[in-house]
Amino acid sequence: MALTKTEWIELEHKAAQLRQLTLDTCNWAGSAHMGGALSSADFLTLLYHKYLNFDPQHYDDPDRDRCIVSKGHIGVILAALYAQLGLVDKEDLKTFNLTGSSLGMHLDSNKVKGLEVSTGSLGHGSALALGDALAARVLGRPHKTWLLLGDGECDEGSVWEAAMATSHYKATDLITVVDRNHAMIDGLTEDVMALEPFADKWRAFGFDVLEVDGHHMKKLSQAMEQAMAASEKPVCIILDTVKGEGISFMAGDYKWHYGAMDSDKYARATEDLKEYEAKRVQRAEQEG
Amino acid sequence: MGGMNYTAVESTKMATAEIFGKTLVELGEKDPRVVALTADLAKSTKIGDFQKRFPERFFNMGIAEQNLFGVAAGMAKGGLIPFASTFSVFASMRATDQLHTDICYQNVNVKIIGTHGGTSFGQAGSTHHAIEDIAMVRSLVNLKVIVPADGYETANAIRAAYETEGPVYIRINRGFDQTVYTGEHYGFQLGKGVLMTEGDDVTIIANGSCVFQAIQAARVLEYDYGIHARVINLHTIKPIDREIILQAVEDTRRIITVEDHTVLGGLGTAVGEVILDSGHACAFRKLGLNDCFSAIGFHEDLMHINGIDTENIVKAAVHMMQHAQVVEMESGGRVVKAVRFEGRDLEAEIDWTDEV
Repeated sequence: MALTKTEWIELEHKAAQLRQLTLDTCNWAGSAHMGGALSSADFLTLLYHKYLNFDPQHYDDPDRDRCIVSKGHIGVILAALYAQLGLVDKEDLKTFNLTGSSLGMHLDSNKVKGLEVSTGSLGHGSALALGDALAARVLGRPHKTWLLLGDGECDEGSVWEAAMATSHYKATDLITVVDRNHAMIDGLTEDVMALEPFADKWRAFGFDVLEVDGHHMKKLSQAMEQAMAASEKPVCIILDTVKGEGISFMAGDYKWHYGAMDSDKYARATEDLKEYEAKRVQRAEQEG
Repeated sequence: MGGMNYTAVESTKMATAEIFGKTLVELGEKDPRVVALTADLAKSTKIGDFQKRFPERFFNMGIAEQNLFGVAAGMAKGGLIPFASTFSVFASMRATDQLHTDICYQNVNVKIIGTHGGTSFGQAGSTHHAIEDIAMVRSLVNLKVIVPADGYETANAIRAAYETEGPVYIRINRGFDQTVYTGEHYGFQLGKGVLMTEGDDVTIIANGSCVFQAIQAARVLEYDYGIHARVINLHTIKPIDREIILQAVEDTRRIITVEDHTVLGGLGTAVGEVILDSGHACAFRKLGLNDCFSAIGFHEDLMHINGIDTENIVKAAVHMMQHAQVVEMESGGRVVKAVRFEGRDLEAEIDWTDEV
């Protein structure tokens, strides 16, 4: 299962392709939720291209693994990802956010093939994911359910209602992942509404917590494999990430939660992503 | 007449919620996809019957309604048929975002059973009176809304909800309702009102606990006043039975709606919308809570105080018979029939003379 060097490099290219397609979509739309999309890019790449038992050709297979993206505002990267998987026509990305498009900033699962749920109002994914995991238990058709939360949305009480119930029902086939990019619309999470001690909160709710660099494929893959093997307690993986990772003028700037694109920025961002990919591949070659 | 105190007297034979519990068990026997959820109200909502029979298919979410609805939506996505039960006041307001986004927007197969509807949990006070729930849920896309009149109708509503794909909200009471039917086989159909009594003078359209009151009122009107009242049990508010409403408008020209709910946005509003949309005029009165919270007390006393019991329905009908007359009037050089109600002339036959 462990990531081989070749696999790692291949995944780096996939992640780079995904980041570029996300940027392209933002450029076509004129603006998008780039910050939180880029902080989730590596996790989504590893999940969909390695671990998720999900065949785009049979996206409604009842035994497929599910991924519930609770931070629904990253529709721009999900649209790009689903285009990469062949479930969204790449040409349709050019209509993102436009009147009559099947793609908007918060994707509609009734309009996008293979998208598990419609999210956007924050704090909803946790309960949906738990419901899905419990349904698998009742029907005797076990599969993994992955839940991707934003850190800011953990302000919502409903996240903790579901966390309590996930632990109570020992839903170990449900793996919670929090993209801890430390920022939300109005500023840094610790300034707007402090989350720390964040890992302790999850532990107190009955989870085993794995804290990992969310932009390091190898380390991330090890955490994901560890989570998949859990059978005693549900696992929460906290991804240490950077909002806007990969693009110099976005990285770490909370204002890029949602931002507008123009041709100059697009050109610079494209250059940045190329450089970033090169660095990442180099790291894979050295450490792999 | 300040109420009959049947809460204490006849509670054993009238437990609507118990019938809900039994019907759900029956569905659970038939279909392994049926699951039940609640938020620490298993006993109160009688969903606990299901828990006893199918412990592995019962999920108590604790006092967490947002999670209750979110998990139910996730279960439906996963292929189950969840019945989620809590008090109507919480079902409609404590997790409305989950109801809207997770259940209705995604159009998933979740059935919501709101118990203790209206002022049926009267002693508990306004935090536990569901007097706005129908107005709330009626506005939600894809959601079907049923307010059964008694236990038999509750059983029918539960089965109809099971057989209908998509989200359904069923509002039942605390469990001490009077029965209006003698059995389940009276032809219940989701979306179709039931004609309870024939009459051509005035129509009383009611649902839930008000149906019994309306039938009683029709008897009083007949015996004491010689007024022939038609009573319609409009158990389904959405989709609404336009046909039965418009037939009543045409036949009686006088419509009274009665609901254990605010008059803003519930049954009366829904009926009024149908009439307005049809272009027909009639004398129209909504009985219910007039934009106010209810007093605390026994349900039947509150129904009296809130003007939705037999006595108040009789009063409203008699008043309407005295003040709403079909008259002939001249319009555009022709004599047309109109309804005159409380000094206002409501045109019965549309004959606009100022059309360009």
